[in-house]
Amino acid sequence: MFKFILKRLGVAIPTLLILIIFSFALMKLAPGGPFTSEKPLPPQVLANIEAKYGLDQPNYKQLTNYIVGIVTKGDFGPSFRYKDRSVNDIIAQGFPITLKYGIWSFILAVLVGVTLGIIAAVKHNSWIDYTAVGFSISAQVLPNFVMAPILVIIFTLWLNLLPGGGWNGGQWQYLVMPVIALATSYMASIARITRSSMLEVLNSNFIRTAKAKGLPNRVIIFKHALKPALLPVITYLGPTFVAMITGSVVIDMYFSTGGIGQMFVNAALNRDYSVIMGITILMGVLTVLFNLMVDVLYAWIDPKIRY
Amino acid sequence: MKNITKIIVAGLVGSTFLVAPVLAPVLAAQVPAGVKLAADQTFTYRVLDEHSSVDPQIVEDVSGSELVRDLFEGLLNQNAAGELVPGVAKSWEASNGNKTYTFKLRKDAKWSNGDPVVAGDFVYAWQRLANPETASPYAWFMEIMSLENASEIVAGDKKPSELGVSAPDDYTLVVNLTAPLPYFAAMTTHASTFPSPQKVVEEFGSEWTKPGNIVSNGAYVLTEHVPSERSVRERNPMYWNDGETVINKVVALVINDENIALTRYLAGELDRTEVPAGQYPSLKKEYPNQAISFPKLCSYYYSFNVSDSGPEAFKDKRVRQALSYALDRNVVTEQVLKGGQFPAYTFTPGSTANFTIPDVAYAKMSQAERDAKAKELMASAGYGAENPLKFDLLYNTSEAHKKVATVAAQMWKQKLGAEVTLANQEWKVFLEVRGKQDFDLARGGWCGDYNEASTFLDLMTTPSGYNDGKYSNAEVDQLMSDAKTASDPSANYTRVEEIMADEMPIIPVYHYTGVYMMNEAIVGSWPVKNVEQNWYSRDLYKVAQ
Repeated sequence: MFKFILKRLGVAIPTLLILIIFSFALMKLAPGGPFTSEKPLPPQVLANIEAKYGLDQPNYKQLTNYIVGIVTKGDFGPSFRYKDRSVNDIIAQGFPITLKYGIWSFILAVLVGVTLGIIAAVKHNSWIDYTAVGFSISAQVLPNFVMAPILVIIFTLWLNLLPGGGWNGGQWQYLVMPVIALATSYMASIARITRSSMLEVLNSNFIRTAKAKGLPNRVIIFKHALKPALLPVITYLGPTFVAMITGSVVIDMYFSTGGIGQMFVNAALNRDYSVIMGITILMGVLTVLFNLMVDVLYAWIDPKIRY
Repeated sequence: MKNITKIIVAGLVGSTFLVAPVLAPVLAAQVPAGVKLAADQTFTYRVLDEHSSVDPQIVEDVSGSELVRDLFEGLLNQNAAGELVPGVAKSWEASNGNKTYTFKLRKDAKWSNGDPVVAGDFVYAWQRLANPETASPYAWFMEIMSLENASEIVAGDKKPSELGVSAPDDYTLVVNLTAPLPYFAAMTTHASTFPSPQKVVEEFGSEWTKPGNIVSNGAYVLTEHVPSERSVRERNPMYWNDGETVINKVVALVINDENIALTRYLAGELDRTEVPAGQYPSLKKEYPNQAISFPKLCSYYYSFNVSDSGPEAFKDKRVRQALSYALDRNVVTEQVLKGGQFPAYTFTPGSTANFTIPDVAYAKMSQAERDAKAKELMASAGYGAENPLKFDLLYNTSEAHKKVATVAAQMWKQKLGAEVTLANQEWKVFLEVRGKQDFDLARGGWCGDYNEASTFLDLMTTPSGYNDGKYSNAEVDQLMSDAKTASDPSANYTRVEEIMADEMPIIPVYHYTGVYMMNEAIVGSWPVKNVEQNWYSRDLYKVAQ
């Protein structure tokens, strides 16, 4: 197992390197640069700025300097747009925001999704099943950019219970709507995956054996059926978790949370090269890490899988 | 560099508006007698995007400058009408034929750490602005201010310490210029000329503007900043005029989408937000005291690409005129935007100081007359049903620009049979493409850098770096260059507008208005008459409702 993890981490380094080179090239190919503006800068002023940010050097040199900076000092450079802030700084302030509402959404989505899925499967073809399936389908067809304004209309404009956006240090009032809006469609997917995989497990031989032995339903479901039924759910959860904690542009945009999803998009629009790269690398690292964690979890859940 | 510098200098030299020998009285919040102030003096407003910086010598965007004007104070300020009022400087005098300026500073001005604000702080800040190591996007401002050695310092040929500014004592600032600038003092209201605290900048480096590190000399200090979410500034008890400041706390919330911002305004979370295009009339009806619209120093226009890479058809004046005539501006302002915008037939807005919109011929015609004339012109240029005019209309991606472009294309199709393809591009791509003359007809928007007509009309001169359509007319160039030395350049501006109304290098569409929803408590103190919208929180106050 330990060897497996090491091997996977070894593969991660070239993967990230390719990601960096590829993103860097794409970014440089996009027309316009960080200092392109409506009122073009005088050439001498532009030259001074480009020299300060190293943009006067050839591309390969910029790239190697950048990578060396990260590897040796963990320094992702200064933002080209927000000139008195570094990328490390921007991520350090934006990522915790995204992480906070992402984790809460994840917990909500998993708890409600898995519960709904199990209930629906156990009470297969009953009204409970239909309600749960109906609920998850409607949650799925309500994307977060529809969900968010609906929530705001209800909770902010009509009921006047919750603020319509902002973060304000992440107090709970500011968390509720982003968490619900982000969680719903994931919740629905989790419920559907859990339900179908649970159904499959419940119809398998070892469950029939358990029933034949006269085990109580509770034990059958939680002790024997749940673990194998969760395997496909966990496959889904790895990338989902990364997607949720690295920020949803829609949620950030709609609720003006200041999370990194919005920063990522704005950085792309502003051609804020260092911020684009920084967030891309962060997402890359997290994706590699969580995929690895999912694989480790597999081995723990399914005795058949051994590395 | 030279071109842009020259153009801007040209604009300022000709102006007469800025010479203010007697300063208006010092302003802070001027609360009329009998007005009861609200208990909570917090002003919360929406900003479209995160500010670029709050470092006076680095800031370059509008929302950042708004913060800097609150956090720092320069030599002079503007009042609600845009006139000069004292700031850190109590008085100034010009000598040596307007080539030397001497500012006398007030002795009670303090930094937020209690240190006195001295002339040396300005010397440091100005040298810092010009220093190539600072790499300020506004380094050129020292050049257009004509400070001695500014250009050489920016180019790296001289040391920053050689800049033409000195402090003979702590409360006297002497500036030496290379050209006589009668309006020099007015330029010190620009955020990039505000002082910065040398000790703090040197101690913290690029982190000096973070809350906790930052020391400033304005009415407010920065107390909180969550990038892309909010920035909070609170009263600076050390500010010399803190006693007359009313607003205690100013919160800027970053909300990218204006419709979302409007929802949050309606939920009572904001005191000010922009009104999305088209929604002003309904909001005005529902909230008559909160929906406001006032003129701004900005113009919206379409540029014809008349360079070699532009379409052949646009080299024919008749085609340009026809397209301009056939565009019904009233439909755009009254049915599309509906925010009180002014239909434009000239480039310079009517709200510009010392400028009256000249009577250009096509502005006086009725739309029916213009349409008839447009058809005639098109036919004589050889375009019609069999040979339709075809071109692309390029604009940067935005709902409002799309709406305007759509109605424009429809009008040209219906009235002139022109086949217009709408093309939208993301902002940076758009700037790049437009700057390279890779377009037929492109959207343009221009806000004045200062309140004088040349800030607009200089765009139409051959050397202008902002002349995207590459229009060139020797007479316009001459008139604009003469305007620099004329005692009253208004005749030149009128003539240039007349030439443009005839040659039609651009289609002026409308003059912008600031269209806001503003809390009734604060709307009374908002400087609606300041067309540059240089506002200072210390001049605002909230009345009890």
